[in-house]
Amino acid sequence: MSVHLEENIFYDGRIRMPYKWAVGKTGSFFLTQLRDHARIWGSRCPDCEMVFMPPRKNCPRCLVTDTTWVELPPRGVLETFTVVHFNEPSLQPMKPPYIYGIVKLDGADTGLTHLVNEIEPDSLWPGMRMEAVFKKANQRRGEITDLLYFRPEGGARQ
Amino acid sequence: MSQRVGIIGFGQTYHRSRRDDVNGVELINEAVRAALEDAELTIDDIDAVVIGNMDHFEAVNYVDTWSVDGSGAWMKPLIKLTTGGTTGSTLGIAGYHHTASELFDVVLVIGWEKNSESDTTGAIITCSDPIFDRFSFSGALPGLAVEASTYMKRYGITEEDAALVTVRDREHGANNPYAQLQKPVTVEEVMQSPMLSWPVKLLDICPRSDGAAAVIFAGEQKAKKLSPRPAWVLSTAVRHSHSYFGDINYEEIHTMQEAVKELYKNVGIKEPLKELDVVELYQPYSFAGLKWIEAMGLCKPGESPRLLRDKVTHMDGELPFNPSGGVICTNCIGATGLLRIGEAALQVMGRAPGRQVPDVNLALSTGFGGAYWTDLMLLGSRPW
Ligand SMILES: [Zn+2]
Repeated sequence: MSVHLEENIFYDGRIRMPYKWAVGKTGSFFLTQLRDHARIWGSRCPDCEMVFMPPRKNCPRCLVTDTTWVELPPRGVLETFTVVHFNEPSLQPMKPPYIYGIVKLDGADTGLTHLVNEIEPDSLWPGMRMEAVFKKANQRRGEITDLLYFRPEGGARQ
Repeated sequence: MSQRVGIIGFGQTYHRSRRDDVNGVELINEAVRAALEDAELTIDDIDAVVIGNMDHFEAVNYVDTWSVDGSGAWMKPLIKLTTGGTTGSTLGIAGYHHTASELFDVVLVIGWEKNSESDTTGAIITCSDPIFDRFSFSGALPGLAVEASTYMKRYGITEEDAALVTVRDREHGANNPYAQLQKPVTVEEVMQSPMLSWPVKLLDICPRSDGAAAVIFAGEQKAKKLSPRPAWVLSTAVRHSHSYFGDINYEEIHTMQEAVKELYKNVGIKEPLKELDVVELYQPYSFAGLKWIEAMGLCKPGESPRLLRDKVTHMDGELPFNPSGGVICTNCIGATGLLRIGEAALQVMGRAPGRQVPDVNLALSTGFGGAYWTDLMLLGSRPW
């Protein structure tokens, strides 16, 4: 079909959809403990004995539901990390450059993805001991970012 | 390379308007564990997993990977499928194909939805063409309403005729402990419910539910070994047609007519009203329980209200429809088509307490979605 085209039309759109995700009882316990007491809990499977963080209602491997709560200390080991340089202001949690890492808390079998701060990237290495820094009690809202970031165990490092 | 396939297990959640106590993954897990328990299997017995829901309903687009903790698909072949309203029936047919191909012997199929987490109309309109259709005919209601009004005009059907369908299914739903709506209603209550889009009123149309369903398909040898009475897949038929709502001929449901023609021919059905034993119809609103059963060849066009008035499609009638209460009582959309398959399987296996139709040999389940698409799966008590 041949036409004499005056102009290509483009159509601007935006999907405006409100969502409200139910965290569920298991995740709600984790988040209220984080908000109200700055305490971190994982779940242990009675069969395979793996400790999952974040906690799961059922073991993802064995599917059993009689998992138990295990309190985890706010410290662990940096498994891996990257330094973000690209700029995407509408999506990023802070101004680049900043550090994303995965920290396996002591006693957990899975890692937690989070921010790493109070250290220069050149001084970081996988296997480094890390500790959690929480928001002040009156600023915590029951979100995973109530845990502000991880920093080297013992405090800021230059 | 192909084998016969039977359904050997079915599990579902207790469907509710909202399930705040669980997230989506945990909801899925409830149905999976129920299906495994029903089939007396463990997750280790499952060779592959097929999962699906409606895009945009929960704003999670890689549902297959996201749900692994609940589905049990960790380190297994896994695929997500989504085709709108037909998602659940697509999932079931895909599970059948996966097994029939002999590539997998035991396949777990999961459909789910948490309608409470978004705005249903807002989510559904994202399936419509953004340039031409989205501003007007989007969402579930407009297409159904014009279909109903066209049908009423052509055959002199009344709103009260359609209300009889809701009354029947709500009566049936009272027998199903898993249904979201378990309270019967009267024709007067349907007539007095709020008008949504003429002639469709609130009680003419399905609710929005949180829920999940899981069905386990097995190849012939495995099915015989694992189940005393599998529900054998005898035939499927699929017709997906238009995308633009203006392309549809609302006087007919062409996809249903063509799909049943193929299915009846495959298994040699000549008089469906007499030969079928039970139907789980994906019936999103009451008028479909009239017009679409005419398209299925159960009576002449325009004559279906008589079948309703004579209670031919009620529990004690010649061909009971929706013993589960159907979509009018429960609609967790990505699960809805799979619930039809699961409930039809229960009827064949003789495991539908409170809602069992006696001596079911042939059970038909249907799926509906998109711009008037039809999926069918016929289950039977004998493999051939
Ligand atoms: Zn385990």
